[in-house]
Amino acid sequence: MSVRIEIDGRIIEAKAGDDLLSVCLSHGIDVPYFCWHGALGSLGACRQCAVRVYSGPDDATGKIVMSCMTPATDGLRVSVADPEASNFRARVIEWLMVNHPHDCPVCEEAGSCHLQDMTVATGHNERRYRFDKRTHRNQDLGPLLTHEMNRCIACYRCTRFYRDYAGGRDLDAFGAHDNVYFGRAEDGVLESPFAGNLAEVCPTGVFNDKGWSHDYARKWDMRAAPSICPHCAVGCNLFVSERDGRVRRVQNRYHGALNGYFLCDRGRFGPLHVVSPQRFTAPQIAGAVVSEHDAVVAARAAIEQGAIGIGSPRASLEANYALRKLVGAERFFAGVSDAEAKLVRRIVEILRAGPGQIATLSEIEACDAVLVLGEDLTNVAPRIALSLRQTARGAERALATQKGVAHWLDQAVRTAGEGRRSPIVLATPAPDALDDVASLSLRLDPLSIAAFGDAVATALAGGDAPNKAVNIANVLAASERPLIIAGASLGAAQIVEAAAAIVAALGTKARIVLIAPEANSLGLALLGGDGVEAAAAALEADVARNVIVLENELFERAPRGAVDRLFAAATTVVALDALTTEISARADVALPVAAFSESAGTFVNYEGRAQRFFAAVQPQEYAPASWRRLAALGAGDWATLDAIIKDLIADQPELVGVVGAAPDASCSCAHGKIARAPRPLSAHTADDRAGRDPAATPKPDPDSPLSFGMEGARGADVPAALLTGYETHGLHSANAVTRFEEEIGGPLRGGDPGARLFKQGDAALSPAAPFAPIDGHGPLLVPLDDVFSGSETGRASALLAARAPAPRLLLHPDDAAALGLAECASVMLDGVACAAPLTLEPKLARGVVAVSVGKLLPRGPLRRVVVEAAR
Amino acid sequence: MSETPLTGRAQPDREPHRFAEWQRLGGYDALRGALKRHSPEALVAIVEASGLRGRGGAGFLTGTKWRLMRKAAEAAGEGPRYLCVNGDEMEPGSFKDRLLMEALPHQLIEGAMLAAYAVGATEVIILVRDAYRAAAVALTRAITEAESAGLLGRNILGSGFGLKMRLHASAGRYIVGEETALIAAIEGERPVPRHRPPYPAQSGLWGRPTTVNNVETLSAVPHIVQNGAEWFQKLSRTEEGGTKLYGISGRVNRPQLIEAPMGTPAGELIEMAGGIRDGRKLLAFQPGGGATAFLQEADLDVPMDFAHVKKAGSSLGTGAVIVLDDQSCPVAAIGRHARFYARESCGLCTPCRDGLPWVAKLLDALEAGHGTQQDIDLLHMHVELAGPSGRSFCDLMAGAMTPVKSGLERFGDIFAAHLKGHCPVGRS
Repeated sequence: MSVRIEIDGRIIEAKAGDDLLSVCLSHGIDVPYFCWHGALGSLGACRQCAVRVYSGPDDATGKIVMSCMTPATDGLRVSVADPEASNFRARVIEWLMVNHPHDCPVCEEAGSCHLQDMTVATGHNERRYRFDKRTHRNQDLGPLLTHEMNRCIACYRCTRFYRDYAGGRDLDAFGAHDNVYFGRAEDGVLESPFAGNLAEVCPTGVFNDKGWSHDYARKWDMRAAPSICPHCAVGCNLFVSERDGRVRRVQNRYHGALNGYFLCDRGRFGPLHVVSPQRFTAPQIAGAVVSEHDAVVAARAAIEQGAIGIGSPRASLEANYALRKLVGAERFFAGVSDAEAKLVRRIVEILRAGPGQIATLSEIEACDAVLVLGEDLTNVAPRIALSLRQTARGAERALATQKGVAHWLDQAVRTAGEGRRSPIVLATPAPDALDDVASLSLRLDPLSIAAFGDAVATALAGGDAPNKAVNIANVLAASERPLIIAGASLGAAQIVEAAAAIVAALGTKARIVLIAPEANSLGLALLGGDGVEAAAAALEADVARNVIVLENELFERAPRGAVDRLFAAATTVVALDALTTEISARADVALPVAAFSESAGTFVNYEGRAQRFFAAVQPQEYAPASWRRLAALGAGDWATLDAIIKDLIADQPELVGVVGAAPDASCSCAHGKIARAPRPLSAHTADDRAGRDPAATPKPDPDSPLSFGMEGARGADVPAALLTGYETHGLHSANAVTRFEEEIGGPLRGGDPGARLFKQGDAALSPAAPFAPIDGHGPLLVPLDDVFSGSETGRASALLAARAPAPRLLLHPDDAAALGLAECASVMLDGVACAAPLTLEPKLARGVVAVSVGKLLPRGPLRRVVVEAAR
Repeated sequence: MSETPLTGRAQPDREPHRFAEWQRLGGYDALRGALKRHSPEALVAIVEASGLRGRGGAGFLTGTKWRLMRKAAEAAGEGPRYLCVNGDEMEPGSFKDRLLMEALPHQLIEGAMLAAYAVGATEVIILVRDAYRAAAVALTRAITEAESAGLLGRNILGSGFGLKMRLHASAGRYIVGEETALIAAIEGERPVPRHRPPYPAQSGLWGRPTTVNNVETLSAVPHIVQNGAEWFQKLSRTEEGGTKLYGISGRVNRPQLIEAPMGTPAGELIEMAGGIRDGRKLLAFQPGGGATAFLQEADLDVPMDFAHVKKAGSSLGTGAVIVLDDQSCPVAAIGRHARFYARESCGLCTPCRDGLPWVAKLLDALEAGHGTQQDIDLLHMHVELAGPSGRSFCDLMAGAMTPVKSGLERFGDIFAAHLKGHCPVGRS
């Protein structure tokens, strides 16, 4: 229901019961605020958003209220401009400044500080407080975040986000009166994998990105480009900011259906792998640095002799396509194990077939019953875990609504909800960070998880099943929007099939999320190609003599034996990568290519959403985008990204949606190309030497409608997929995003970016292929993912690596006892010594051995391993 | 000698009565009678008719509060409902609840049980602040005694009514006296006020219907139930029923707690406390604790009830009369209050958290003779901004600024004299 309210003479339609501040912000009416946040709701602490309201036409006096705490009711008249309200807002700033240190010149936040924006907005500029200021002692909160408590204005956003929204425990508000302290009980690393959001949630400079602080550039001196996180399959939208050709920081780029306001720490700090010393920068032949010319000649010779190509789930769709084009579809292989290639292709089939709709993150948060099969979400797809924490609150929100509590009064909703939780069932092998919001946590080995899922499907179809499965089937059947989550992380196709069976039994009301291993796993699967084992077999069968490996540390994605076979069978191995890897080091010819932050391309996320990322940094001549390198090696005649996409969809018409991921390079706004740089306030800035200094004249960017120069379109003129910032007159912080949302928390104006490639019911689902037999003896191998490491790219980020735990090897104590192994024992897996000592974990499922993936263990199919004491 | 139903049975050494002894004195008779004779609805009607007003300071009609709880609770469905007893007495000058809890715990327990029966509560939680350890000990023992006697638990005295009761030993802070902060304290959260609506009756402790009553309010209930609304009305010298516990402190000869008919004028109360100390003259008094406006000589005859004191420009608050004689510097007295309220601000909202400490520093500077005219202007600014409700999250700041406002109005000349570096009233 909508209501009509009048704001300073303007008639506005608003949703009945929404808070007045949200209504104002949604309509571009600036009311200053601090504690309100689009995802955290209203608190009423800062008292900054005071306005005068008149209850109706007969009310001549009105009263001052906090707009964030006032529901929009029909006929309400509001005055933001009211002199008394304006004066009160200025006094609130004066109060906040009583203890604020005014250290803007040395504060990272300055220039993109909500406190600065609001201070200027209220017009208050004379401080009359003449006594001593309170000072705090700061804490060391670990490698990711700075802490400067003196700047705090006590808006409570940090604890509301960290504790209430993200389920963290180790950040709290201490003390009282003008000595409230936001920190940990003692110095130490903030535990939550979402802690990085504090840098954006904090409206001033208390919490900031420590990496950025150490390699600092003012916001107005940095250019930013819209990008996509390359670190998991969710595909969160990013801003990547650079100065002097170096990426300085990553921030959240709002996406109404996906990441909303928040990222995980892997997404925020992982992309700093692009500034790692591990960057691969000089062409090599047989490990020795050579000229670009020599390396290209060698690569071309290898291709002319005949080569197969191995693609990568971390390379763009365009790069993989260029490789496929270069070697031919029949010689193109996915750079993962055979089993994973097959499984991800099957995931695509299931997603296309329906009947379950693929849930976006905002849809996940609206589901009312969830079954998670196998995925350790907090470590595999962390942003989905953060969404599930909101899903869990659904029952609480429903009860609060029933009691008439406004949805934006977050604290009141939490209380009125009486602790109710929507049902979330986790069937996973290892202790799970989501256990605290789960109504039931089952610790099962991967095959038992699949069997349990099958039993639920059987029960839903009316068949006989164990009680536990029947109970969960009943919960799912009774819910309005049941959600089934599964994925590839355990390497068990059985689990994915079970999830598909449950969704099939639930019908069209069901939502499904199938998590692929990497940012572009789905994109790679859409291009086809078997795995590394098949590639090795092809070389052994003399299909070709040589192999080109695209942006891929194969040793992490396929069994070591298969990769070794590849090297043994190939005459020449050509590697293209932005990072030094074991592959690039062992390759006969290695060519550097651009990282994701230096090139444009497309990733396809878990929803089948094609999303475009753009270069934040002008690419170096020695490291062009990998598709450009492949074009130069003979793949095609593509001068621009748009040209290669055009060929891609001509070859594979079902991918036509890729074009719509973002406007093409011909797109032009009222002010021309879109500027990556923020608006210069004076004619010249330190970075604006164009025209006078030839070196500073920006190069054109043929792959996007974005400009590297100072001139161009910004802000509201710009299509959502091309936003380079939320810059608006007078608003310089992340909070200005409200100007770009259709409604608070809703889609971006003009629609959320990205193009969904799958429509439900695109294809009928073929029967599942028979599962590969799991031979051998010993426990099932469970790969342990970790939010702070991820794949080789994640580990190349120094910031993320500083948070990564030591690799782990876990056994249930009873299983360990049966094997004669004690805590801390050195263990061999299939006869190979494992670097991690044994940890006994009583909460682990029986019959499994859990090992950190990455260096210790490549991804691969579900298998049994022989566990024994090291000799 | 007027009747003193609330304190009359207290033992001279203030030792709490044991259960049997208390029963001999008529303890729990009201409860036994009520469970037999009255429906919960009838009990609400009796208390409504008595005109009992909340003794925590706001003076809201207790019967009305209970009726609202019964109405709001209808929508809440099955589940626990709570009655919270506010024993966080921390208003400067106020020490009445302490005596009621320390010396007369069974009276409070009986009152709480009657209230719980009336509002349909399933559990009573008595919050006592940390400094009141003797009260916590006395109440804990009394609750145990009542349980052993079958007065708590399921099906009390065969009535079908069941009730649990427990003590919550809280760290206590001034703000915990605010009902929503008290609820947060019991939940184990930071004790900061919560937005209303939803009101506690709709969604209180752990989201369930909740009533919060003051210790003195509940202690009066057994007497009302036992003797009737009319009897209670007649105890008073004004339209507001009952007796009131007045705490007389400051510059009087014998500071003390006095139970007197509601509406007893301050002049009489000060005389009962031995008059102004050392025969000096009255400068001013605060009728209801630290957060109430000053009254002076001319107001000594004002009947001390909620309506009359309000009409006189102040408020009855907790009935804690704080007396300043003509040698007490009001700037110093107000500064002491300001420091207290600044310290007790919970830190949630900006005006209170950052405004009150500033006010306290301004007053300190003035008292020390370092003040400037701008300081006085800033005090006026804070008075103006804190005045209307709704500017700060709760009423703490408005209350804290009340003596500042009143002091500036009544003692402007004394403030002005401080600007010149001397205090015209303070003893050197």
